[in-house]
Amino acid sequence: MIRFARVSKIYPNGVQGLRDISFHIPKGQFVFLTGHSGAGKSSILSLIIGEQKPTSGDVRVSGFPLNKLTPKDVPRLRRKLGIVFQDFRLLEYRTVEENVGFALEVTGARRESIPGKVIRVLTQVGLASKARVYPKELSGGEQQRVAIARALVNDPPVLIADEPTGNLDERATRGIFQLLQQINGGGTVVVMATHNMALVRDTKYRVIELKGGAIVYDSGQEAAAGVQP
Amino acid sequence: MRMHGRTREALRTFRRTPLLSALSIASIGFSLFTIGLFGLVALNFRQTLSVIAERVEVVAFVLRGTPTEAVTAASQDIQAFPEVLEVRYVSAEQALDRARNELVEFQEAYRDLETNPLPASIEIRLKPEFRDGAGAQRVAERIRAFPFVDDVRYGRDWVERLDRLRDMAGVIGLVIGLAFAVVAIVIIGVTIRITVLQRAGEISIMRLVGATNDYIRGPFLIEGAIKGVLGGFLAVVMCWATYTLFRKSTELGASLVFFETAHLGLIVVFGTAIGLMGSLLSVGRHLRHV
Repeated sequence: MIRFARVSKIYPNGVQGLRDISFHIPKGQFVFLTGHSGAGKSSILSLIIGEQKPTSGDVRVSGFPLNKLTPKDVPRLRRKLGIVFQDFRLLEYRTVEENVGFALEVTGARRESIPGKVIRVLTQVGLASKARVYPKELSGGEQQRVAIARALVNDPPVLIADEPTGNLDERATRGIFQLLQQINGGGTVVVMATHNMALVRDTKYRVIELKGGAIVYDSGQEAAAGVQP
Repeated sequence: MRMHGRTREALRTFRRTPLLSALSIASIGFSLFTIGLFGLVALNFRQTLSVIAERVEVVAFVLRGTPTEAVTAASQDIQAFPEVLEVRYVSAEQALDRARNELVEFQEAYRDLETNPLPASIEIRLKPEFRDGAGAQRVAERIRAFPFVDDVRYGRDWVERLDRLRDMAGVIGLVIGLAFAVVAIVIIGVTIRITVLQRAGEISIMRLVGATNDYIRGPFLIEGAIKGVLGGFLAVVMCWATYTLFRKSTELGASLVFFETAHLGLIVVFGTAIGLMGSLLSVGRHLRHV
């Protein structure tokens, strides 16, 4: 699904974001990206979602060769990815269902097909009863659920989550994590960047730890040979 | 159906940010109003010049003793000149009558005349496009060739002054008009840019969920066009109000002229074009950044 091969990223200001990164995330995997701020988590995610191009090396996501990505390809790539951020990024003057439906609208989905899909995905994240509410009236955890619903409504094979629990309290964090686990249970690849080590420790999911733009630990490395589809 | 949705999307902006929308419409309106006002001044100035130019006339004085038939025949030739609108023969007697009526101060002097001192003349009015120094001189020279013509006058000095005035008005008009247009476009561009910046977050979210640039641009273009149309109408209304005010409150009001419908349409079309252009440029620049 996602493959990095000897990827380096040097920013225009000379800062080296990534050094010689290689990993492969197969279908259905749940992966934590961990490390301190500036370790390279965000650089990896921004390469995956096509915000930036690698300075050297190859990146492939859902069959898209990102080195050769043209501006026209970006929307097509984004529709194959669900993306969730720490700050939710909801449109505050739209209701919950409008925020979610919006992601379908922009892809040119048939108008009649939108409400059904929206209510299905809101049920999945446990917010069906708040469809007509505005984001401001929701708790942080609920807002993140809306963002996840929006990310899922197009049935993407990959969900990218950049510090999705960074703004949430302990309880809400657990809730969001459980939701992401459920989503992964349905076969969706989940890549979650976090520095919440408590969360990471309690699970058996693959962990890729970064430091100074390089991979210092990859728990999937040993097992990888056997599990790759 | 889709188009309908995009328009609704654009209209939503007006409801959400009524103040900013009103401001941009006002800024488009006032910018176009400045141009329109300048246009009105230019239009009326030209109108005044053309009224003055109606007095550009070539007068040929006829030698004493020339038979009327010769002059009439020549008049027909002159009438056929491409520059000539109208040829009028004024006999010596008519000239004296006119002098008595018009030059009241000299009435005494003209009353007791035994012989008429005034010559007969041919007065030639020119077509509007030839009422300038070059046109008058061309006609004058050709008329001078007739044997019975004693002298030709066309008020050379003031015709040439009129020419200079016209040239100057043309240049000044062009420069100021262009400056106003540039200022208008800049103001409108800035206004639209503010709108775009205000919606930067929304644009980045649109891109995040896979909206194409065309899709994002759509509502902005519709919004820009709507603002342009409304701003254009606002400018037309303000021009009309100013014109009416001047017409009623100043002495020369009655001679003032207003735009024709086509000009007014042009203001609205220009407004729409500016609105569209401004949106296209500012959104385009923003899309490359996000």
